[in-house]
Amino acid sequence: MLLEVHNLNVYYGAIHALQGISFHVEEGEIVTLIGANGAGKSTTLRTISGLLRTRTGYIRYKGRDITNTPAQEIVKMGISHVPEGRKIFAPLTVRENLLMGAYTRNDPNEIQRTMERVFASFPRLKERINQLGGTLSGGEQQMLAMGRGLMSRPTLLLLDEPSMGLSPILVEEIFRIIQEINQQGTSILLVEQNAHMALSIAHRAYVLETGRIVLSGTAKEVAENPMVKAAYLGV
Amino acid sequence: MELGFLLGSLVKIIAIIAYLYGLMWLLARPSIWIKIAGLVGAFGIVQLALTDINGFRLLNNFDSGLLFQASAMTMVALGLNLIYGFNGQFSLGQWGFYGIGAYAAADITYRWINGDARGLLVLGLGALIGTLTLLGINKWLQRFRGIPVLSSFTLYLIGALITGAAAVYLGNQLNPLLTPLLGSVAEPGPLNSPVAQQVIYFLAVILAGIFAAQISFLFGLPVLTLGSDYFGIATLGFTIVVNTLMINSDTILPFPEMKGGRGMIGIPKLTTWFSAFFFMMAVIIIMRNLVHSSTGRSIVAVREDEIAAKAMGIDVAGAKLMSFVVGSFFAGIGGAVYAHYIGFLSPGTFNFLAGFNPLIIVVFGGLGSMTGTIAASFGWIFFLEGMLRVLLSQMGTEAPTWRFVLYPITLLLLMLIRPQGLFGSIEWGFLKGPEFITAPRQQPEPAHKSAI
Ligand SMILES: Nc1ncnc2c1ncn2[C@@H]1O[C@H](COP(=O)(O)OP(=O)(O)O)[C@@H](O)[C@H]1O
Ligand SMILES: [Mg+2]
Repeated sequence: MLLEVHNLNVYYGAIHALQGISFHVEEGEIVTLIGANGAGKSTTLRTISGLLRTRTGYIRYKGRDITNTPAQEIVKMGISHVPEGRKIFAPLTVRENLLMGAYTRNDPNEIQRTMERVFASFPRLKERINQLGGTLSGGEQQMLAMGRGLMSRPTLLLLDEPSMGLSPILVEEIFRIIQEINQQGTSILLVEQNAHMALSIAHRAYVLETGRIVLSGTAKEVAENPMVKAAYLGV
Repeated sequence: MELGFLLGSLVKIIAIIAYLYGLMWLLARPSIWIKIAGLVGAFGIVQLALTDINGFRLLNNFDSGLLFQASAMTMVALGLNLIYGFNGQFSLGQWGFYGIGAYAAADITYRWINGDARGLLVLGLGALIGTLTLLGINKWLQRFRGIPVLSSFTLYLIGALITGAAAVYLGNQLNPLLTPLLGSVAEPGPLNSPVAQQVIYFLAVILAGIFAAQISFLFGLPVLTLGSDYFGIATLGFTIVVNTLMINSDTILPFPEMKGGRGMIGIPKLTTWFSAFFFMMAVIIIMRNLVHSSTGRSIVAVREDEIAAKAMGIDVAGAKLMSFVVGSFFAGIGGAVYAHYIGFLSPGTFNFLAGFNPLIIVVFGGLGSMTGTIAASFGWIFFLEGMLRVLLSQMGTEAPTWRFVLYPITLLLLMLIRPQGLFGSIEWGFLKGPEFITAPRQQPEPAHKSAI
């Protein structure tokens, strides 16, 4: 098991956002967490990457307990979080944004090589290498956020709603690239409201409702579940 | 006369801007020899203009005073730009660190010329063992996870107090070894030759910077965890506390030579154009290299979005502390240079109202633009102190007070016309950073941050 999450209970003050969540990700998988707005998807990712702390349970990565590991250590261990809403650094250039993603790494040649690989996945970023992040279009910003996430050479990539606010064509493109990244050996935990697209590329899926996992299975099983069909796929 | 003076002042300001631009352009050339030639030339031109040749001097004493003030202001304001412009921490404490640097350095040299080496010994030892202790504690604390800030702060504070006491004790023990060599003002000893005094002065400036940095570390550790607004208030409090201590330096602090509210007199005027230029260029070069390193990018990333910065693996608290300490270091150095130019330190210079000056300069020049800060520091001093003061004084003795009506209006107009500051985030030549000297950087959208 690459990532094992057991019985997370996370609070924002008095708000009980995650109420005993457990799931796992195997090496090489795309696993998706789907659920409505406010279900606790982003909270789950933030807890895994060390931005939030859980009150109970544990998170294990490659067999090691990372429940209380600081965020910067978690990045070094190979988990990279592409946050919701992209959060790229607007006044920095594309190149500088990508370098920020490699912040925990030291060897400039290795970093350059990773950047070339990112450009292979996102050729549009290469064309805009000296453009400021804030002047990119929404789709390009999403690509930059994902490219930046890949710059730390993660084993596990946490993607928070990469399709948010993008046109259907761009969504297709982004999801094709997610599959490519996965085929090159990176495991992916994908959080989405766009259940249809997420289920079409994921191996397994979990359905989240108000802080609890209410359903899990292979992507196919979940997609065929009548409740999911009614609530998330709109059929 | 007035028209001539006005034109002369305008020419001076334009000459300074051209001078800065040229220097930054030369420093951006790839050849190290051109860079060095640029630095030597830039130093030499001004030095020449300050030298009396057959009774003619291009820049008079008044101008040279403005020049020294402007270089000190450049250092303070660049430090503040690092903290506020680049890192996004709204600080009103910069003026306090400026004052700390000024008084600390002045105390070293004042005591030295009066046959007392304790200032240098205590601050020197304090810089050495104090920094080693703080770094040691830091290293040791890294073994543990999730230590509350106040606990680590307590540890640092205890460490600082112990090493401070040790430095004072050792300084007092070692002092008798040096005093015979120092002599007195009337009969200077071998360690008080003009050259030796310059060496001590350079050491004093650096030690003053380190002392300010150490204080900022201890102060910043707990205070930087507050949100930005609270941080602003806390740093304002800091400046007020420092000012109060200055006013009472001879009563509640054991420093009779600082003479409390009456002001410290008799500080040797050791600042030359060489030292002012040297320290200003050192600050500019250090800051430029920092800003364009990955640490510098992490400082900007923290300003833009702390969550995203954390997700990149940036130690957000560490980046804030880093920029605060480095910025205060620059302020301390600037204060030390100022003290030895003016020769007299009055607590009134360091009250919190005057503390808004560097803030205004940074906002005026453009948050996050080093070029803007440097140009605004020079422009500010020459405009306000030079042009307006002299010009208005010819209209009556009280007229110079109008400066403080005219310049807020200028400021107001600028904020209305160009809210991103005079330079926005434009950088000249060398200040653009290594990657962009060849590839042009695009102009960003104006950042509509509230100015004050
Ligand atoms: N910073 C916050 N402070 C307080 N409550 C929050 C915060 N972020 C999220 N929440 C609450 O936690 C719950 C889960 O939010 P989130 O994880 O963002 O959901 P999702 O990503 O699935 O839309 C929601 O009820 C939301 O209102
Ligand atoms: Mg969300």
